[in-house]
Amino acid sequence: MLNGPWLRELSRLPWGIVLVVTAITGFGLVVLYSAAGGSLTPWALKQGIRFAILMSVALGIAMVRPDVWLRLAWPIYGTVLVGLVGVELLGRIGGGSQRWLDLGFIQLQPSEFMKIAVVLVLARYYHFLPKGFETKWNALLPALALIALPAALVMLQPDLGTALSITFGGVVVMFLAGVRIWLFASAGLAAVAAMPLVWSMLHEYQRKRVLIFLDPATDPRGAGYHITQSKIAIGSGGLSGKGFLNGTQSHLDYLPELQTDFAFATMAEEWGLIGGIFIIVMFGVVLGWGMSVALKARGQFQRLLALGLTATLFFYLAINMMMVMGLAPVVGIPLPLISYGGSAMMTVLILIGLIMGIARENTLPRN
Amino acid sequence: MSSEAIREQSFTRRALVLGGGMGLVGAMLTARMTWLSIFEGEQYRLASEENRVQLRLIPPRRGWIVDRNGKPLALNKPDYRLELIPEQITDLDRVLAQVGKILGLSFADELRIRADIAIQPSYMPVEVARNLDWPAFAALNVQVADVPGLQPVRAFSRVYPDADQFAHLLGYVGAPTPAQYKDQKDPLLIFPGFRIGKDGIERHEDRVLRGRAGAQRVEVTARGKVVRELDTRGDVPGATLRLTIDRDLQNFTARRLGNNSASVIVIDCLTGDVLTMVSMPAYDPNIFSSRVPAALWKDLQENDHNPLLNKSAMGLYPPGSTFKMVTALAALEAGITPDQGVRCTGRYKLGNNTWHCHSRRGHGFVDMHGALPKSCDVYFYEYGRRVGIDAIAAMARRLGLGEKYPLPLPGQAGGIVPDQAWKQKRYKKSWNIGETLNSSIGQGYLALNPLQLAVMTARVASGLAVVPRLLAPADGAAAPQFESLGIPEEHLALVRQGMYDVVNAGIGTARGARSPIAGVHFAGKTGTAQVRRISAEERRRGVKKNESLPWKQRDHALFVAFAPTEQPRYAVSVIIEHGIAGGRYAAPIARDVLTFMYDPERALKVLGPIEAQLAAERAAAEREEQAEASAAVQAEMMPSWLRTDDIVPPIYEIGPAGEPQLPRDEF
Repeated sequence: MLNGPWLRELSRLPWGIVLVVTAITGFGLVVLYSAAGGSLTPWALKQGIRFAILMSVALGIAMVRPDVWLRLAWPIYGTVLVGLVGVELLGRIGGGSQRWLDLGFIQLQPSEFMKIAVVLVLARYYHFLPKGFETKWNALLPALALIALPAALVMLQPDLGTALSITFGGVVVMFLAGVRIWLFASAGLAAVAAMPLVWSMLHEYQRKRVLIFLDPATDPRGAGYHITQSKIAIGSGGLSGKGFLNGTQSHLDYLPELQTDFAFATMAEEWGLIGGIFIIVMFGVVLGWGMSVALKARGQFQRLLALGLTATLFFYLAINMMMVMGLAPVVGIPLPLISYGGSAMMTVLILIGLIMGIARENTLPRN
Repeated sequence: MSSEAIREQSFTRRALVLGGGMGLVGAMLTARMTWLSIFEGEQYRLASEENRVQLRLIPPRRGWIVDRNGKPLALNKPDYRLELIPEQITDLDRVLAQVGKILGLSFADELRIRADIAIQPSYMPVEVARNLDWPAFAALNVQVADVPGLQPVRAFSRVYPDADQFAHLLGYVGAPTPAQYKDQKDPLLIFPGFRIGKDGIERHEDRVLRGRAGAQRVEVTARGKVVRELDTRGDVPGATLRLTIDRDLQNFTARRLGNNSASVIVIDCLTGDVLTMVSMPAYDPNIFSSRVPAALWKDLQENDHNPLLNKSAMGLYPPGSTFKMVTALAALEAGITPDQGVRCTGRYKLGNNTWHCHSRRGHGFVDMHGALPKSCDVYFYEYGRRVGIDAIAAMARRLGLGEKYPLPLPGQAGGIVPDQAWKQKRYKKSWNIGETLNSSIGQGYLALNPLQLAVMTARVASGLAVVPRLLAPADGAAAPQFESLGIPEEHLALVRQGMYDVVNAGIGTARGARSPIAGVHFAGKTGTAQVRRISAEERRRGVKKNESLPWKQRDHALFVAFAPTEQPRYAVSVIIEHGIAGGRYAAPIARDVLTFMYDPERALKVLGPIEAQLAAERAAAEREEQAEASAAVQAEMMPSWLRTDDIVPPIYEIGPAGEPQLPRDEF
């Protein structure tokens, strides 16, 4: 058993990237430890245990061959979509904003899974689409529907950040699959033209967030407070930060959501620009690895899946960091692996597990 | 090339485009973060310090005010309060309900708080409760610690042990007005519970008494909870202010006045020290320093005895016969000899009109020696007319009349010393001789304040240009050297002798003011000033006795005095509004006040019957009031920054300044 194919199979896993991911999470735990005022509770310990479990799950997923996912793409997508509708229905009955699906033993957030499922199903869709048909209307419309349906359902919750993430993942897969560039250009133009319509559909608090993002000074005590305090935390860290456990913005409660959405600011205050560059570089390594996996992958499905998922991870990172640095409105997207919270960590580790599976597949001899 | 190979190629191209995009975003994020932390780092470091560190003011304790002997006139006692800052409150109803549960706010309290919030700018603190005891305050500190906008305040409230008797002199303290804060921009002014001087010496010397605020740097959380203290700069308490006032004398004087509407001033002729400056009735500055109930405020404003007015400094009165020293000195200066005189028949004819002396039958032959003791009007008509108004006005100014003195009081009335130029300027008319006659006996346009009369007396008594002062000099400072008035000593001696005779000679008009102290003699001059216009009909029927007139129409009673005559030291002026007659009513008060200077025990004995009578009157008034007292709302309060600036002295409607004097009973 021990000297059977197991060891050989495990050795095919990209252990280097597991190390990088663990390093990022470890740094995240340090930040959470400080955010709690130098205490493992309530965040760091729980997050650490959660990471250990989810990392094992990701390694397990990595052992599954990508062909399995190709076969299961539609059922997975369908199940998650049904989950989304279920959430929506329950929400209608229960009233208010509903994102959780309570299965009795576990609370699931189908919108999180949809970020992966949409990439999965589109990768499969384009895998079987013959070359040259990508830009044809009758091929384009189903793909768009596959993105629009879940995105619209998530928008109804309402959860702008996740809806954008789903859309981004799907659109990236379409782009990689070879849909004509001019379509993206015209879609971009159409999006700009549709801005007023989207504006009218946004919730009052979402509109306010956008307005405040455009000019945080208009509401320094209210919602603009988040952005202002986050910028102060990052800026006051300087080059090397105020030192571990010495952050004032975070420890004196000036920084809101210091352990979740604004964890990057909490980190930057104590570790400064150096800490920030460390995180950016480390994630850069993960993204670069994802891209190299995709470039080496065999078959359109694996290529699209690997890079689509990498792009989804990128979207998390970019939006969160832009938000805390005052470059994007506050949309409530956490920083993967660093921010405290189970859903985002689960999504990201599943996503990394899938890419690792493709990476393992790449090391197998071609038959 | 297979279709798979083409797909791979196309994928690789697009993947590189995507990778490039990601790289760009990564570079942008790095650049942005560098910008924030390196290039704008200093600015954000300051912002984070500003967040973290809060400067808390430590209000200074207000300086004491003490009398010449160091006895306290105004001091501080600790006071625990709860205040509320409207701009920090999000849900007023909830906060009030919360406070109500702890303190039990009455409906009236709540109304008052709401009214205050409505009229005050939102950064001005509103008082919720005061005079809390220590356990309640300690409990409150815990219970409202996390309610933004509510502040338990440990402050000091001002206490005036002698209440009414020093009200006008000292003034009171109160919350700064919004205008004052805008003006001075001192954060101390909106510190909860901080009080500044609102009137009297408290207002004029506010800067001295206020002291300097200390500051404490504390680290606070976003919710304002103090984490730790960083450093502290102590406050500098206000300086103690020593006055020239003699507390015991002032108290005695105020009590001696009873319920008269009156002013008494005592000045030390050698140093100019104002020993007493009483204006009665007054108000209780202890109440004024917290909140004034609207009902009380209304009463004070409507009271015809003008309790809100400092009569000593702001009241203006015709001096009546107390002015005759001025006319006499002007006549002597003009070369009139003491032996020259007039025959007084009780009448003095000028053109078609007849001026009367207060003596209907006349005084017979009157010269300088008899003119002051008898207060013969005809003598002063005659010599006043001879020397002319300008000479009289010049002498009046030399004696300090019509002048404002450098005293730490927020307001002083200058008064009017008329002359030809003044009338020309004021009325664009030339002076007429009838006006000179009236001015000669202290009527007509003349309007002086009690302080000026005291200074005049001090100058006549000493022959020096005495300038009054209220702030005691530092210990060991030399006594002030006043210049001589330049009036020949024999003129002054004549006038002083006349004043001596007013009190001590058989012909004097103030024999009741004779000194009870062996070896000490008083000298003085009575005055009875007419305050009303007398109708033509009254003229025909003859003027009624003062006592039978309504209070408002009675003559003012005045008396000025100095003592001891052998070597003048103290000068006194007494004015009793509508007090009927200087000799009968004002002179005894001056006598008792001067007696107190030499023999307090003897002087205090006279208070017994006066205060017994007062108590009886007050009890009667209270019974009456209780009978008609309804359960009307008494709780309404005046705004915390109550002002008394707009209170003006009453204007007495006296007949045309040139009208002839009628026969009178008093002098």
